[in-house]
Amino acid sequence: MVGPHAILLRVPPADDARAVRRAVVRQAMSVAVATGVYGISFGALAVAAGLDLAQTVALSLLMFTGGSQFAFIGVVGSGGAPVAAVATAGLLGARNALYGAVMAPLVRTPGLRGLAAAHVTIDESVAVANAQPDPPTARLGFWWTGVGVFVLWNAFTVLGAVVGDALGDPTRWGLDAAAAAAFLGLLWPRLGGRAAQGVAAGAVVVALLLTPVAPAGIPVLAAALVAVLAGWRTPPTPTLGRRARPRADEARPGPEGVPSA
Amino acid sequence: MTPYTATWLAVLAASAVCFATKLAGHRVPQHWLAQPRVARVASLVTVALLGALVAVQAFTTGDAVVLDARAAALAAAAVALALRAPFVVVVVLAAVVAAGLRALS
Repeated sequence: MVGPHAILLRVPPADDARAVRRAVVRQAMSVAVATGVYGISFGALAVAAGLDLAQTVALSLLMFTGGSQFAFIGVVGSGGAPVAAVATAGLLGARNALYGAVMAPLVRTPGLRGLAAAHVTIDESVAVANAQPDPPTARLGFWWTGVGVFVLWNAFTVLGAVVGDALGDPTRWGLDAAAAAAFLGLLWPRLGGRAAQGVAAGAVVVALLLTPVAPAGIPVLAAALVAVLAGWRTPPTPTLGRRARPRADEARPGPEGVPSA
Repeated sequence: MTPYTATWLAVLAASAVCFATKLAGHRVPQHWLAQPRVARVASLVTVALLGALVAVQAFTTGDAVVLDARAAALAAAAVALALRAPFVVVVVLAAVVAAGLRALS
């Protein structure tokens, strides 16, 4: 009898490597679809905030970092000064500098390709890259996710802006909850160590405590200070960077965060 | 300057700031990253920012902390994640739960 195990054993290593690459691309695509689709809510909310189609499209094309884009239209929509909108978006985008520093050794290329790498350095591309076991697959995950999100995020931004009025309130469709779930999905696999769990809990508390008193965007940034303090003090622990390897066919970004300590 | 022009300038300026931030990260000297402490802080900063983004996205409206359909949706998402559901399923489930609860209320 040829059971499943016998079939598995017959797969040669070359096919195995191809299968791993296919799994990475599949994971990248599922993250790109999940992320890109809530570009609809951005497009719709941007138009509702008073931006026109061209401005909305420009934000997704040129800024291309979701948190900052939402922050920007939030300030504009509530009548905030353009300067305040710029400052808030810029502060919320500060984490991308850290992502860039983590990705730089992987995707260090000169010229336009290097600029493109910087542009698609976002939560999702970095998370998928970090989920991979070695540099070649990490690079694959970074580019497929980054470009995939870019294409779909922009396409769905246009869609959202155009049909936003017809759709009505995006919260009716639960898109705001979907965004929260997406962040949780990115966070979940990084909670393997005691330090990470403590920092996540501290970040939640700090962000919620500051929300009523600080301008939009500041609570999230202030929460990062929790991590700086904790990371500076705690010695490296063996659990911090260790992963429980997920099945390769699952979209499960960022099991261990950035390179293990 | 009309408000429309001012908004355009803000769109372009904010986009430039965000791109410059990403690029600056890519051009950080390599040896900064060689320190285990920097890698550890960077790792935890990612956790902290994602945790804060979950909290802000799920439990705040404007400058108010609120408990609404998103909390239930997030709980459903957490259960799905604990059961190792794929990312897309987790995200869609959260949207369905929130939309369903809002339709019922």
